[in-house]
Amino acid sequence: MATNLKKTQVVVIGLGAAGGTAVLPLTRAGIEVVGLEAGDWLSPRDFAPDELRNNFRGWPQSVQKANREVPTHRRNEKSPYSPRPAVHPMMNAVGGTTLHFFAQAWRLNPWDYKVVSETTRRYGAARIPKGCTVEDWPFGHEELEPYYDKVDVEVGVSGVAGNLKGKVDPRGNVFEAPRSRDYPMPPLRLTEFTEQMYGAAKSLGWHPFPGAALINSVPYGGRGACVFHGYCTRGGCHVSAKNGPHVTTIPKALETKRLTVVTRAHVTRIEIDEKTGRATGATYIKDGVEYFQPADVVLLSSYTYENVRLLLMSKSKAFPNGLANNNGQVGRHYMTHNTSSRVYGLFPKNINNWYGTQGQGVALDDWADDNFDHGALDFIGGGNLFVYSDRRPIDAATMPTFGRPNWGSAWKAFIKENADRWNLATMQKTTLPYEDNYLDLDPTVKDPLGNPVIRITADWKENDLKMSAYLREKMRIWFKAAGAIATQDAPTGTQGPSTHAIGGTRMGDNKSTNTVDRWGFAHEVPNLGVMGGSVMGVSGARNPTLSIMALSWRSAERLAQQWKSIAT
Amino acid sequence: MSNTIQKINQPRDPSRREMLKRVGAAGAIGATVAVPVAQVTQQAHAQSNSGNLREALEVLTAAESDVLEAMVARIVPTDNNGPGAAEARAAHYIDRALTGPLAGSKAAYVSGLAALDDYAKSSKGALFTKLGAADQDAVLTDLEKNVAKNFRPNSAAFFNMVREHTMQGMFSDPYYGGNANFIGWDLIGYPGIRMVVAPDEQSMSKPPKVLRQSAYDQAMFSKRGGNHGH
Repeated sequence: MATNLKKTQVVVIGLGAAGGTAVLPLTRAGIEVVGLEAGDWLSPRDFAPDELRNNFRGWPQSVQKANREVPTHRRNEKSPYSPRPAVHPMMNAVGGTTLHFFAQAWRLNPWDYKVVSETTRRYGAARIPKGCTVEDWPFGHEELEPYYDKVDVEVGVSGVAGNLKGKVDPRGNVFEAPRSRDYPMPPLRLTEFTEQMYGAAKSLGWHPFPGAALINSVPYGGRGACVFHGYCTRGGCHVSAKNGPHVTTIPKALETKRLTVVTRAHVTRIEIDEKTGRATGATYIKDGVEYFQPADVVLLSSYTYENVRLLLMSKSKAFPNGLANNNGQVGRHYMTHNTSSRVYGLFPKNINNWYGTQGQGVALDDWADDNFDHGALDFIGGGNLFVYSDRRPIDAATMPTFGRPNWGSAWKAFIKENADRWNLATMQKTTLPYEDNYLDLDPTVKDPLGNPVIRITADWKENDLKMSAYLREKMRIWFKAAGAIATQDAPTGTQGPSTHAIGGTRMGDNKSTNTVDRWGFAHEVPNLGVMGGSVMGVSGARNPTLSIMALSWRSAERLAQQWKSIAT
Repeated sequence: MSNTIQKINQPRDPSRREMLKRVGAAGAIGATVAVPVAQVTQQAHAQSNSGNLREALEVLTAAESDVLEAMVARIVPTDNNGPGAAEARAAHYIDRALTGPLAGSKAAYVSGLAALDDYAKSSKGALFTKLGAADQDAVLTDLEKNVAKNFRPNSAAFFNMVREHTMQGMFSDPYYGGNANFIGWDLIGYPGIRMVVAPDEQSMSKPPKVLRQSAYDQAMFSKRGGNHGH
């Protein structure tokens, strides 16, 4: 039997980008919060620049929970399983995967909220792909802008505004929606190589700008500025210049004395009252002992896969198909970014890409979203193109070989000359949800507790592949204008486990096609909030963390303002 | 058990801490002075080369280790572009990693290395270690192309696994027992681990000065983390 703990007002499941952000507006509003986090507190001592440990062996997390719950994947219901990655894309720790993310800090484009109506208006309803389940969001960008603004300041974003209150500034992203305030910090510096890419884009008549990042470019929030030492991907920041909740919103919430953080809390189930159908709290295991944490309100804020898994595992008489899933929508409308669809460029001399961070780069939004005319094209949406400074030794040595062998003397001569002469362009593209791309519980593969892991059934559709081909050509043009002597496409891949998993508990007004309402609370369980990328109805053409933080802040503020109607 | 046997059974450069103890005990360097991994590795290497004792192995047998040494030496050969996986001690890295992080690959190594010798015998008429470099390359190319028989699950999977681990042994932090004397990092021109990178150290025109250190030569880092309060 689980040990019953003292009731709290709100229990938050997962203290990453979503839950770790939400605890600040909640505690500031006077609400008592217990935060359950599967991982530990980590600190700069844990963040050695060690590529083998961080990038190959699933560190820096000290609690290996996610790595034992890696989702399975198949392209469709008839295809065999894809090879299962050894490590999970995300990590467990206070602060979650913000400890080792790229820290690129993007707002959605206004088009992202209105894909259906804007596509219909501009090109006709027939341009929405067949089988696509996309809906307009229940609100537009102006609703979310104030929350992006709060996150920019409270968590800390560096960048250069491209549109300040309607005034367009070509130093920034001229395609961005108006922002009410400038960034609190200037952008991270460019390198000589990214300056060269910037100049090449300008010479093509394009609109390059330095990317925004959840990284201190100058001392901010009582912490120092980025030192550009590298090892940022899957490595924590040893000078705490990378801005996640563990160094910002969570410490601020702890100062209110209304937040209790419980680490190594492995949540197994959200409990309900069978009579009322309301959530009553969460059951978790810590160091082998089972506890029940009762609460007035439950906020589920794990990663997309775990949000869906916990709901589907929390079956009851009132919810026989999983919590908040009597409409069958949990796990639906799943998508990831087609981040594998990259292009490599090979340059004739060393570019000194050894240091820096993935947030230290040059971006192009010229072919993102609906920033360009799709009238004569055969797809909708687009992608953000991005090049950055980052290189680690194993990664450098196992570089793409542009058609040459990848071992032996010829290969050795090639990498000796070229290990620092290549760059990788990432592309974050619009992915749309489809009827047959979804998450459910794997019927056979279990975690160490015997609970099923998530099974992903998803693949790229025609719209994704056509967009990818179009954007890759733009990328090749960009690299060549910057002096590249060769380019190579990375394999397109498929929609397997991803750091950009979106959808699964979609937000919307229609109760039959969405899991949560426009505020993020479950249509079927009013005192259950869901936060994270799982509530988003479109992928957008950029890294989702900032949007996740803004949406979570908004849900938490709503809960504080409507406490009586939601909590009682 | 006699001291001699204990010494032989000790891994040549087991953990950094043990190495520091041994170096300290030998009086070579004061016990309070932090010894860079690079220096320790060089000393260990020099010491081990002074005798004819076979290096103690953690997981592989001597016969398996010989085949693996020969294989990694063809994946990253020693040639006119400098030392390769043999000098970087990539096979030693793999043997050590098979005790823990790569333990799941132990069975694949044991069966794959035996299958490699069998295939070398049947296709070239001699054990893999007895073949010349050109024949060894031809055998490995057959593995890579997945035409070599009697590998489980298949020869390409075995080849790719060994290649991947050889790259780790060649280019990872020397803390893990490979990349000895920074051979791998020198090959690719990696300027080294720096704790702070100045703007001019990110320029193309003036390459940064080369620094040679392990991440764990930095006093601030632990190997394993978590649960130490906030």
